[in-house]
Order: sequence, then C-alpha cells, then structure tokens
Amino acid sequence: MKINLLGVRGSIPTTAIENQFYGGHTSSMLVSEDDDLLVLDAGSGIQAFNTEEIPRNKRVNVLLTHLHIDHIQGLGFFKPLFMPDLEVHIWGPLSTTSLHSRISRYLSPPLFPVLVRDLPCKLTLHEIGNSEFEIGHFTIQSTYVIHPGPTLGFRVKGNKSVFTYIPDHEPALGKHGIIKDKKWTSGFDIAREADLLYHDGQYTVQEYASRNGWGHSSFDDVLQFASITDTKHLLIGHHDPSHSDSQLSAAHKEMTERNAFNFNYEFAVEGKEFELA
Amino acid sequence: MPSYEIEIILNRQLADCLSIPVFITDTKGNLIFYNEPAEELLGKRFEDTGEMPVEVWGTVFTPMDDASNIIPPEELPLVKTLSDCYPHHKSFWIKSMKGEKQNISVTSYPIIGRESKFLGAVAIFWKTKYNEN
Repeated sequence: MKINLLGVRGSIPTTAIENQFYGGHTSSMLVSEDDDLLVLDAGSGIQAFNTEEIPRNKRVNVLLTHLHIDHIQGLGFFKPLFMPDLEVHIWGPLSTTSLHSRISRYLSPPLFPVLVRDLPCKLTLHEIGNSEFEIGHFTIQSTYVIHPGPTLGFRVKGNKSVFTYIPDHEPALGKHGIIKDKKWTSGFDIAREADLLYHDGQYTVQEYASRNGWGHSSFDDVLQFASITDTKHLLIGHHDPSHSDSQLSAAHKEMTERNAFNFNYEFAVEGKEFELA
Repeated sequence: MPSYEIEIILNRQLADCLSIPVFITDTKGNLIFYNEPAEELLGKRFEDTGEMPVEVWGTVFTPMDDASNIIPPEELPLVKTLSDCYPHHKSFWIKSMKGEKQNISVTSYPIIGRESKFLGAVAIFWKTKYNEN
C-alpha cells in the first residue's frame, strides 16, 4: 500500500517561506494499491492530484472525514470532477442534512461558480457513519471521532497492511485528558495496531491549554493516543499554520529527548510517500 | 471489547466535570461509569469497582415514596428511560450508605447517537431541600 501525503497543514493553507519544508497545503492524501485508489480529504493539497493516477477502471473515490473548509476547499479544483468519462464517488459523514446539501454550500455561488449538478463527471455521493465497506480490494472502517460537527476517522485495510487516518481529533477533551482505557478512547477501534497512523497533532501542550474544545490534539496527546492504540508508526499532522519548519523540527527533537516509545514517530511532510509492506 | 461510541465517551467526560452525581449505563442498565460525587452515594469508588451489572448496583439504594413505601424498579426514572428511551424525572427518598434518609431528585435521559441509535442512559441525582437525618 502506498500513501502519498498531498497536504498536511491544518486550518488554512500557508505559503510562508518558513513553512515550506513541512508544507502549506491542507489535508489530503492518496492511498493506492494494485489498481485501487483512494483520496482521503479534499483540502488544498488535492490540487496536486495527477490524472495519471486515475485507475484503469476510471473510478475515483474521495473519502471526506468532515466538511470543515480546510478539508473540502480543494474539491472545486479536483480534476476528475470535470472529466465526463470518470465515475467519482464522494463518501462523507452522515448528518442531519444531506451530504449533497452540505457540499453544495461550497460548490455553488457566491463561493464557487460551478454547481454540483453541473459537474461533468458521473458523481455519486455516499453517506457513512460508524460503517464498514469495501472499495476495490480495500476494506474501510469509518468511525465518528471527537471533533466539532460530525467527523470521521478511517481505517484502510489493504492486502497486508493497515493505514489509519484521523486528521482532526481531540481524544483528550475532558477534565483529565485522555482516559487511559482502550474502551474509553475515541478512535481506538480504527487506530489499534495500525502499521501507519496519521493523526492530528496541531498544538504544543502550552497552546492546547487555551484551545480546549477546538477539536485538535497536542503533541503529547497524540503520542499518548498512539501508545494506547499500539500504533507501529505515527505521523503527526494537521500542523498549525503558525508553526514554522524550525519550530516543528525543534519540537520533534525535544519530544524524542523527553519521551521513549516503542513506535516510530515523525512530523508529516507534504509530498512524502510511504510504502507499507 | 470494542471501545464505546463517542456519545458515551463525551457523556463520561462531561460527568467528570460536574459536582452532582451522574451515572451512565449501557443499554442493558449495566453501570459503566459513575463520577466522584456519585461515589459518595454508592459508597464505592469507580476505580475499585469498575463497571457494575445492574443486579449489583441496583440493590444499593432503597428507593421509597413519601409514605416510606418501597418504589418498584420499573417506576424509577433510569429504568423507565432504559425501557422506553425517553427522559424521566422523579423525586423520592433513598437510604444512603451511611443509613441516612435522603430526599433526592433524579433526571434520566437516553443517549441517542448520530445514527439515531440508542446507546445508553444517563441519570443525574441531586439532593433536595427536604433532607432529614
């Protein structure tokens, strides 16, 4: 299974020169194996999608964790939506209003000139919650996780490996932070023993203290979450737009000096690829 | 065992922040969490007991009406909520772990998740002004 990080920044894209190493595009990644392709989230990173990646079956699947703007702002610039010979399936969280209606809020004037109904591709929308479904040979488990508004995390199981994607998640929300009990940990079922976990780690511990309830995790909380879930390799992402490359690198150095875990962890870098055996 | 759904987890996190007793049960009435103020009512600590089946925790109280008649379980708010998935409220008397008679009010509500799934129930207790020793 190959994972390609198209966007790992949180909240808003940034083009600042001091953010160029970790990257400025918001959430999006490609997961591919055999002839199946998944696009996870449609942040600004999705514009790097290369149409040569389109599978032979001419079917593209986009899985949205939620509909906050930094996860859908690239949709209008996703080339397959404008290709009439393609089937595009968009999967997103079930809510009280339809997925079509929520996506249309963005893909309609005054925010965008093209309406959903005018997109040339063969578009199908799928509403999912705590679900398990198959796309090609991938088995996908989706679960609601703690974040404002209906928000999912995804566990993607391929031929031999598991990739878990939870870009926006605040498992520590509460008086005492993360409850150190697997049954009481939001997102545990989809993250357990993942070969690779991409998880929200937007804030320093100090920043998180004043941002409780905003839906994101501190560096320490994501390490704790990965430890509880027996993750094998952790990618910390959804970088705060105000965090420069040097700050993130310094934070990583400080974390490795202070913590000893039996898994690898690193800050996610836009453009980086991972091959899971 | 799979983890609880986030609606249950968030109710526990909320209960942890409150200064009034809160019980959380699963759909069968098993007590899956009670907060610190509820520990006083039960005379037990959650860290010590963990989750408790309804047969265990249901016998701790002796619920009584104003005339000291025992109230059958099916008339208690939490039991009603577990049976019909609606909120309920009632004031009645209980005997605390210290043997004191206390007048309490109980409000129970069902936890209905995003997919309209019944996930469990919450009961909130508080002492009323009619307490006597």
